[in-house]
Amino acid sequence: MLENYLPIFFFILVGIATGVGPVLIGFILSPHRPDKEKNSQYECGFEAFDDSHMKFDVRFYLVAILFIIFDLEIAFLFPWGVVFKSLGWFGFWSMMIFLTILVIGFAYEWKKGALEWE
Amino acid sequence: MFLESVLIFAKIIAVVAPLMIAVAYYTYAERKLIGYVQIRIGPNRVGPRGWLQPIADALKLMFKEIILPTKANRYLFIIAPMLSIAPALAAWAVIPFADGWVVADINAGLLYLLAMTSLGVYGVIIAGWASNSKYALLGALRSAAQIVAYEIAMGFALVGVLMAAGSLNLSAIVHAQATGYGFLGWYWVPLFPLFLIYFISGVAETNRAPFDVAEGESEIVAGFHVEYSGMLFAVFFLAEYANMILIAALTTLMFMGGWLSPFQGTGLEAYFAWMPQIFWFFAKMTLFLLLFLWFRATFPRYRYDQIMRLGWKVFIPLTIVWLVVLGVMILTHLSPWFASTAG
Repeated sequence: MLENYLPIFFFILVGIATGVGPVLIGFILSPHRPDKEKNSQYECGFEAFDDSHMKFDVRFYLVAILFIIFDLEIAFLFPWGVVFKSLGWFGFWSMMIFLTILVIGFAYEWKKGALEWE
Repeated sequence: MFLESVLIFAKIIAVVAPLMIAVAYYTYAERKLIGYVQIRIGPNRVGPRGWLQPIADALKLMFKEIILPTKANRYLFIIAPMLSIAPALAAWAVIPFADGWVVADINAGLLYLLAMTSLGVYGVIIAGWASNSKYALLGALRSAAQIVAYEIAMGFALVGVLMAAGSLNLSAIVHAQATGYGFLGWYWVPLFPLFLIYFISGVAETNRAPFDVAEGESEIVAGFHVEYSGMLFAVFFLAEYANMILIAALTTLMFMGGWLSPFQGTGLEAYFAWMPQIFWFFAKMTLFLLLFLWFRATFPRYRYDQIMRLGWKVFIPLTIVWLVVLGVMILTHLSPWFASTAG
């Protein structure tokens, strides 16, 4: 069983190598002539006023939180989906109750304006 | 053990090397096709009809200086593109190209894919943070929020597929679509809304036009990879295109019957029996890859609030409703897709 996962481990190694290899080639082949202006961050031609790790919109946090909730639902649905055919109507109605609770929460978020972007 | 490992590596190279060539020529196809759409010729200088253009581009990028901005966090800055490409390639481990032609035939294939495609967002957000540039940070935030929003719709669509097939194994999902009614027997018919949502979410997930606000060259110059140059940029680029090809492959496998012939079970089946299975797989994939380019050539860019609205307020409710409909379809053994599901 576990030996099925050996190719995956190797594939991830190859994936990392495909990332590291070209970058190494790039570092070797390309010129390296840094200067102050070239190495400053891009800011439409003028000096940066302040640090760029600035405050950002709280809505991004909100999206992250909503994402965690919904992704968890999907994680619940996965094992249920696999055995769905053998569970029959009992499994169907159990999940309907679960989905109803989820949808009530979703409707509440919607009404509260958590999904509005502007 | 040693021999086995060598064999596994040979298989992996047999997947990754053609994939890299495919990425190179996909960029060429993109420039050429968009050129013709806009009544231009596209690249035509390097080699006959510009065929060597992608190779020239790769060579050019190799010799370009890799700039490490002074204020950037160097370590994370270099790690980010690798975090982007490793999952984009590793996901290919479970893709069956034809019956039995798969590197790792694991039972949790779909779960593994969900995990790997989710990891891609780390590359984006780390790149944006490590660059220490305002545009990069804004681009990374936008991109991350967009990717996670569409990932939910994608996840629900995956749940639909595995409910229908009753398996997480991708080969089993394709076999379950061999219902004997040709291309009408595939899952795109009973799962039609999920099929559309999956593919459109795939376009959004890879930050492609019309959902490319993360790059938004007219607003935030290039988004999260504005500070990247040379090969570091090239690796991001490879990852993006490998992901697009992956989405096309997955849509083919889950909704379009993978390697199955569209005439399977019909009178025409015998005439096309000589076609190798992999031909059908690539033909369907090419169709979706062309759609990516067609979208980019045709649609104007969405506004950011429109993207978020589409993801949260249209796709998620629609997928939840369709999971219920699908449950009823399966339990009533709707023919031909779910006829043999007595359990």
